[in-house]
Amino acid sequence: MMIFRNDYNPNFKPSPEQMQESIKQWQDWIGGIAAQGKFVGTNRLGFQGKTLKSNNVVTDGPYAEVKEIVGGYIIVKADNLNQAFEMANGCPILNIGGSVEVRDIMEVPK
Amino acid sequence: MQTLFFLSMKEKKLIPHLFRTEFSKIVAVLCKTFGLSNIQLAEDIVSETFLIATETWGLKGIPDNPTSWLYKVAKNKTKDYFKRDRIFKEKIASELQNYIHNYECEINLSDKNISDSQLQMLFAVCNPIISAEAQITLALRILCGFGIDEISQAFLSNKETINKRLHRAKEKLRKNKVDLSFPPKSKLENRLNNVLSIIYLLFNEGYYSITSEQTLKKELCIEAMRLTYMLLENKSTNLPQTNALMALLCFHSSRFEARTNNKGELILYADQDRKDWNYELIKKGEYYLNKSAQGNVTKYHLEAGISFWHTKNNKDQNKWENILQLYNQLLQIEYSPVAALNRTYALSKANSKKEAIAEILKIGLKTNHLYHSLLAELYKDLDNNNQIKHLKMAIELVKTESEKRIIKQKLNKASR
Repeated sequence: MMIFRNDYNPNFKPSPEQMQESIKQWQDWIGGIAAQGKFVGTNRLGFQGKTLKSNNVVTDGPYAEVKEIVGGYIIVKADNLNQAFEMANGCPILNIGGSVEVRDIMEVPK
Repeated sequence: MQTLFFLSMKEKKLIPHLFRTEFSKIVAVLCKTFGLSNIQLAEDIVSETFLIATETWGLKGIPDNPTSWLYKVAKNKTKDYFKRDRIFKEKIASELQNYIHNYECEINLSDKNISDSQLQMLFAVCNPIISAEAQITLALRILCGFGIDEISQAFLSNKETINKRLHRAKEKLRKNKVDLSFPPKSKLENRLNNVLSIIYLLFNEGYYSITSEQTLKKELCIEAMRLTYMLLENKSTNLPQTNALMALLCFHSSRFEARTNNKGELILYADQDRKDWNYELIKKGEYYLNKSAQGNVTKYHLEAGISFWHTKNNKDQNKWENILQLYNQLLQIEYSPVAALNRTYALSKANSKKEAIAEILKIGLKTNHLYHSLLAELYKDLDNNNQIKHLKMAIELVKTESEKRIIKQKLNKASR
């Protein structure tokens, strides 16, 4: 699984052209992974959310205390972490100063 | 059929045509009455009907209304069975119920009952309990009225194999008590999706088939369109995905004539003469594509969209960008090597050749001749040595002679 993180910037209002360009970059990158037959699933996350903590404290927003928020994720098929790491190359989040966290998903013993 | 000898050319052509169109109708209606487990009996009655037609028409000429003549004879043949064959009666007595005491049973060959029965037959035949290959074969025989000869030719197989396959499929349907009925609402969409996938395969069998029989290929494509049309005619199956499939078939068919030269050799998309495209079919495709634009996006929507953009001129700046994005989406729904390669080609057109080369090296289809053909195409004008190298590899891997010829021509050009 690759988790996309980026600084939260509430003042950033992209123009329609910028939006379109961003969608294209993401789709081209994901399409490249899918063309290798390694795509499993992806989701973009919205900006609303609440966080529930153990002492029953509820905070608004997923980004209450951390500056970086998770913007989305993709699940891919890979033989090992290195292979997945290779795929993370070219992820559009890197163009805007964000980061990709590549993690293995643990297999559930059957 | 010796009697065919007495028929004029026109009549000789009429009988196979009638057989093709009427066979499936009468069989479907008879199965509606007898139950699907007696499909062989239904086929026999219809075959006998056609035999009588050939003989009688050969002597007396073709009647004014050959179709109703056929229906009448088929009805009489059926009644004969009811009267004559006790074993038959006992065998299917339970299924006949009301009919058993009444020899004057009515075989309903009205347009409405024909189309209902055929649609139910389509759902019965396209049943995932039998293999996809068997579903296509059965559809060709039962729903499209193809002869065993034609089917084995289409599959490049022999009659024996096809007969066995048909027999096994019918047995399986019988054992599982599949009968002619419309799937319940809760299962309709799932079952419809399977029917659509079989029609899609049937079309591809015609469109991409390696058999060199041009007419046969075209007939397979036409039949796929006819079956889709049947689904569109019925309210409950006239769904967005059905319209999307129809759009896709129309766009593809519009290039049917342009794909081959007068020697039957393949002409690649880029070299086709647009004057040979069928613009009426393109218009129809656009009509169905518009109708499909609601609800979930299926692979048929995406493929129809791609095919739509292929009807556009290369000068249209949006063309390749749109095709690329549709392939990006399609691959996320369903991966296939061909889609992956086509996506890479679109990438080279929409973005750059360099980017496409970097991407194709990642997709690992090195045993596929199309992979090497595409790589050679991408290296064209950039890297002559690599272009030649991959054309040679494509020639090693390609299976059909017509494609090999095209690649060899390219190699000759590149080596100059």
